[in-house]
Amino acid sequence: MERAVAGQSRVNETDEPGPADARRPVYEVERLSKVYPRNRFLALENVELRLGEGEFASVIGSSGCGKSTLLKIMAGLIPPTAGRVVLEDRPVMGPRADIGMMFQQATLLPWKTTLENVVLPIEVRRGRTAARAAMARARELLDLVGLGNATEAYPGELSGGMAQRAAICRMLITDPAVLLLDEPFSALDELTRDFMNMEFQRICMARHATAFLVTHSIPEAVILSDRIYVMQANPGRIAEAIDIALPRPRTLDMINTARFGEIVGHIRDKLDSEGFL
Amino acid sequence: MSAADTLRATPQADDTVWKERDPLIDRIPRPLAISGLVLGVVGLWWLVTGLKIVSPIILPSPAETGADLAFVGINLASGGYVLSAFITTTLTVIYAFLMAIGIGFVLGTLVGETKFGERAVMPLLVAVDTMPKVAFAPLFIAWLGFGISSKVALATFIATFPIVVSTAAGLYAASENERFLFKAMGASRLQTLVRLKLPTGLPYFFTGLKIAAVGVMAGAITGEFLGGGKGVGALIRVSASQLDTPRVFSLIIYLSFLGLAMYMLVVWVQRTLVFWNKQDTIGGVA
Repeated sequence: MERAVAGQSRVNETDEPGPADARRPVYEVERLSKVYPRNRFLALENVELRLGEGEFASVIGSSGCGKSTLLKIMAGLIPPTAGRVVLEDRPVMGPRADIGMMFQQATLLPWKTTLENVVLPIEVRRGRTAARAAMARARELLDLVGLGNATEAYPGELSGGMAQRAAICRMLITDPAVLLLDEPFSALDELTRDFMNMEFQRICMARHATAFLVTHSIPEAVILSDRIYVMQANPGRIAEAIDIALPRPRTLDMINTARFGEIVGHIRDKLDSEGFL
Repeated sequence: MSAADTLRATPQADDTVWKERDPLIDRIPRPLAISGLVLGVVGLWWLVTGLKIVSPIILPSPAETGADLAFVGINLASGGYVLSAFITTTLTVIYAFLMAIGIGFVLGTLVGETKFGERAVMPLLVAVDTMPKVAFAPLFIAWLGFGISSKVALATFIATFPIVVSTAAGLYAASENERFLFKAMGASRLQTLVRLKLPTGLPYFFTGLKIAAVGVMAGAITGEFLGGGKGVGALIRVSASQLDTPRVFSLIIYLSFLGLAMYMLVVWVQRTLVFWNKQDTIGGVA
């Protein structure tokens, strides 16, 4: 098992995952703290992390450890109390077009078709004409996730997994520099969830996407991530950063390997020792 | 093996077959249930009047009422004075309904969308709503006269509040994630209101409209009771003062058709507009 140690680096010629330090930093979180003024609750304390280009990182922790708060600050949805977030050398001071986001619920608008939902970010930012122009691109994306036949369907007619796939397309339509995922598949049943994780890996690898996932599922974090940040609660802070050196593409079979079990066990121990589980 | 084959599968002794049966009261078909209930009520009515338990001045017999229903119906159809009274009341109700929708929507949006509305406007509206609104009728008559406008004012006054509350409640209905989604897309406040919150709140808004549709009828008729004029309410009052109880009954029955028409119109518009929200309906009407 490899731990993230300051200064440790390994040069990678291929697309094989390696320590994040080797990649060009895209997303930097610097000494981030968040206090909720209403109850003076310290949700985050001095959180530091860095995402390299094309890196898939996860933050894992129990409910209430501040991981969702971290993601919302990184997305520019709520301001931090101290510290800052830098994306592509510009500090994040609010919502940005180059940040794509996905939530636990698909949050598709029920009065719009799948296609109209996918182009919604374009419609909001650049108007209806631009949205219509983006529809061809939206169809391509929907084809990519296997929703080519459901473009004219309304969200009420989609299954949970299909709705989340449409949400993936909506996130990708603006070609964001980074993808932020707030437990995107945790409302799905386990079979669908495994399948969606593999789908999502395929999409990320094809696009060399930089992604940051918040989850409370250890296997999900391990199978998707190059690096996992284990979060400790109250105050929320990063307890450990773990590099996952499993080769890409990851497969569901890997879950049964000794190496995978070793990593999962280590993370579980880490969470256990914090008194989470 | 097809479904039909399955149904015809191996015969089984009847006492070992598990069948679920609805209780008898749930198995009565709708037309039978409705007509049976109406016949039952009319039968009871006929019994009470036939046995002379109450005076015919207080409760006319079904036959008398039926005859008067026919008379009023003919008057309505031939463009008599009953028709002109119904036109007056219908106009009152329509004007009041439209005004209540307009005022209620604007105030409801103010309350649901701004902190100012929530903190300052809403408490005052609640205070006004708790007043017995019918008591304002003499004021409206003093201000607006005995014509249609005082009745429209009273009916509007009664019907506005439910629309305010339902509009505001609807604006709170969008989930936190949906708001975050719009924020993340860089949506302006107006865009979030028009594209997310208002459409999400439509089912709530229509719930308010249904309450208001009933409210404007009550307001219009009360206004006509108290302020006279040419509407059905005035006609009812005159008939009642002449102890013409069958006429009162038949006017009320025709009025109920007007109320029902308003209500069904709202339900129809809701089903057309809010096509994605297939709420369970009560008896296919609400």
